[in-house]
Amino acid sequence: MNVYDGLTAGDSGDAHWAFGTGFTEPLAGIDRDVPSGVDRADLTAYALMLGDDALVASQLLAAWTSRAPELEEDVALANIALDLLGQARLLLTRAGEVEGRGRDEDALAHLRAEHEFRNVHLAEIDCGPSRMGPSAPGRDFAATTARLLVFSSWKLALFARLRDSADPVLAAVAAKAVKELTYHRDHAARWTVRLGDGTDESHRRMRAGIERVWPFVDELFTAHPVETRLAAAGVAVDPAELRSEVDGVLDEVFAAAGLERPAPVPVATVAGRAGRDGVHTEAMGFLLAEMQHLHRSLPGAVW
Amino acid sequence: MTAARPAARAVAERVRDPELPVLTLADLGVLRDVTVTGERVLVTITPTYSGCPAIDEMGADLRRALTAAGYADVEVRTSLHPAWTTDWITDDGRRKLAEAGIAPPQRVGPRAAGPIPLTLTPPPQRVPCPRCGSSRTAELSRFGSTPCKALRRCEDCAEPFEHVKEL
Repeated sequence: MNVYDGLTAGDSGDAHWAFGTGFTEPLAGIDRDVPSGVDRADLTAYALMLGDDALVASQLLAAWTSRAPELEEDVALANIALDLLGQARLLLTRAGEVEGRGRDEDALAHLRAEHEFRNVHLAEIDCGPSRMGPSAPGRDFAATTARLLVFSSWKLALFARLRDSADPVLAAVAAKAVKELTYHRDHAARWTVRLGDGTDESHRRMRAGIERVWPFVDELFTAHPVETRLAAAGVAVDPAELRSEVDGVLDEVFAAAGLERPAPVPVATVAGRAGRDGVHTEAMGFLLAEMQHLHRSLPGAVW
Repeated sequence: MTAARPAARAVAERVRDPELPVLTLADLGVLRDVTVTGERVLVTITPTYSGCPAIDEMGADLRRALTAAGYADVEVRTSLHPAWTTDWITDDGRRKLAEAGIAPPQRVGPRAAGPIPLTLTPPPQRVPCPRCGSSRTAELSRFGSTPCKALRRCEDCAEPFEHVKEL
């Protein structure tokens, strides 16, 4: 089932620790039955939505390692990316076991095509670091800060409610993730204030960063039919319910930073379809090519 | 053979944390359960953070220690629920951390339900310097060399030190 099993069979796991080993029972001790009356395909899709948000956000944050404005920030962003990766592994594991087709976290992360990913566009857009040349406003650390602020404020409001999910696995993952996301949101909020309330240049770039991410905000609060059905069953959270709480948090940060919340921008869709339906922006193909390349080129590779 | 083996729980409790080797897994509060059924030992541990890479190392160390102690059939499980909190670090663990120059976490207590308040300004935290005992210390970075630690500096002795941050 795990593509790395062949390489680790008969091994106690001592030699490898990075991934693909020793994490076979991440959901032990939790009731893993699908709650009665809940559609397995819906629950699979929902776990993928949440898992893909975390996985894609983690992948892009990790790209900042060695590129952040100071060493402490390299370490901070790497730590935040690691938390998100951990959340993604648990959620993808849940998606795979509910789906029941034998796909584990690695198969779901590395062997799906772009249209099978269900993350929101906010997670995938290019906010830097620039791969070539100097960073530009909207593709720099301030834009990544803006994305992290919006993403973690939204995710924290969502997961705080998901702690009461009728699915015991989602509830347990959320209870753990809430503590981590609280640190992520505070970190992004303090940077937003530091840049927004800093020099003219830092203010300009922070504002450009917020403008960069703002067209992708409405999608966060638009319920997909899977979310609506599972919210009615007590499993999921209807994202529309989160808007006022998240707006309140962002307004508090923006006020301290001397910034204004931009006017809402309607969600850009393709015939009504967006990230939750597997319709993605241009950035997604590049991101997946980089993320999946190693696993596809060298199946079963371990560190 | 069975009679000569040390108790499985005692063996597991002595295994050290790979990232904070001054602590045992029991001190850290991640060792949740050890059950012996016939020849089989089932150890349950819990991760500190969702993405803590040390969890696999802990499992390997537990298997190695128990195998060396004469237990042939060892399974290590990772359990998420209830979520680990720094409140589970034992008093003995807190003393060992401070002796090693790492400031232990403060007690946080259970979390309230409902929306989580934003903390724009870090609250003044009284984290005494583990070297000179001064309470005049400041946070340099919320994220340190491992997910569970922040970096601080003492304003009296000027030494930087790590702090196991509250979770």
